[in-house]
Amino acid sequence: MADFGYKIQEDRQINYDSNDRTLFYFLKRVEPSISLCIGCGTCSATCTAGQFTQFDLHKIMLYVRRGEKVHIANEIKKCMLCGKCSLACPKGVNTRNIIFQTRKFLYSNK
Amino acid sequence: MELTGKQNIWKDYQKEIASDKYFYVRSCVRQNFFPGAETTFLRILKDELHKDIYEHPCHTTCTGIGYHGDVVPFDTAMTVIARQFALMTEAGYENLVPSCVTSFGLYSEVLETWHHFPDVLARVREHLRKATGREFNIPKNVAHASDVIFKFRNEIAAKAKYKLVNVETGKPLKVVEHIGCHYSKMFPAKGVGGAEFPYVLIGMVEEWGGEVIDYPERRHCCGFGFRQYLIQANRGYSVGCSHKKFESMEPYEPDMIITNCPGCPMFLDKWQYAISEMNGKTYGKNGQGIPVFTFEEVAGMVLGYDPWDIGLQVHQISCEPILNKMGIKYDPTAKYLGKNGKYLGVPEKPSVLKD
Repeated sequence: MADFGYKIQEDRQINYDSNDRTLFYFLKRVEPSISLCIGCGTCSATCTAGQFTQFDLHKIMLYVRRGEKVHIANEIKKCMLCGKCSLACPKGVNTRNIIFQTRKFLYSNK
Repeated sequence: MELTGKQNIWKDYQKEIASDKYFYVRSCVRQNFFPGAETTFLRILKDELHKDIYEHPCHTTCTGIGYHGDVVPFDTAMTVIARQFALMTEAGYENLVPSCVTSFGLYSEVLETWHHFPDVLARVREHLRKATGREFNIPKNVAHASDVIFKFRNEIAAKAKYKLVNVETGKPLKVVEHIGCHYSKMFPAKGVGGAEFPYVLIGMVEEWGGEVIDYPERRHCCGFGFRQYLIQANRGYSVGCSHKKFESMEPYEPDMIITNCPGCPMFLDKWQYAISEMNGKTYGKNGQGIPVFTFEEVAGMVLGYDPWDIGLQVHQISCEPILNKMGIKYDPTAKYLGKNGKYLGVPEKPSVLKD
């Protein structure tokens, strides 16, 4: 195949019609505080794992809402469940429980 | 006649298009990549419709490529455009017809700016006077070349030798119409049908016997976007946009694509080659591509002009499949002969795309 010095950029459109958002609805049921998240990023800023890896809870919350489960399954394993994010969250979202429940959901659905 | 309901609403989506005495300004992209298209436009206007259309030998680029590529400041663009208006004024014309959609967008942007900020207009007049000693009048009517063909689509249909119909099946050709973003998305009120129902190409296709395809990414940009293409690092985005459109239109099996922008036919044409070389994928039948034409070329085909006179041999995607479908008579051996009958040579064949 020819190399022109550039490649066809992948389509990054979020398709809410085809994305499976069952994880988000599950989390809303078991941890209703997820609805309070305003995506401020305090969780990511305080995260110990995030200092040393690409782990980013802020991004995971976005993926959860969009229903992009593949990204979540790869990323969520990096969390050490220290709970600093829950302590720092200005909206009182129980982020630690969200990660815990997400793991539970993903592993039980495997 | 009193207009009611939808007729009344539709009235807001029309635009005034001058009916004669045009001052024509060419396009940098079109005259380089599809030189036959502009010649065909002038031929149709002069020989078929008997209109007074004039082009000044001293007109230059509108600076659209540089302006949208972030290298030409707006003040420079305005002064260059003021000079084009001065040429028009000196030649005694009032109706400006740009060949390029980007020029059309930029002319509209400049006129809109002057309308809202008269002090800017005064400054530009002063700049032009100091630089060239020229004065100018603001055009009474600015219509894109596709607007003009749209206005006379019935007359062209009346003179047509061929229709956008498959002569074997008798069914209308399935046409993808692609409107340039700078035609209808910058100043929707300046285009026929606005941004919501751009009708300029649909009107032509339907009048000439074709059937327009509606597909999900119909209004998606072709991906040119100037800076996206001009900088190699961004070029993946440009081809990604075209790729998305091709993937979206493929299931509808279009026979051809018609465009009204100089950049769109170039990219929709050339990217089919690039995608086939990178991914091995083609979007037409039997390994061929989907032929891409400008509206002038389609008008020329419908009027029975020789396909090699209107420059269809310079397209990357072969035009022969559509010529055969429409039953157009042509000499295959004359494809690579110049105007003087001199053999120009055959371009290298792509490794994936078929003729």
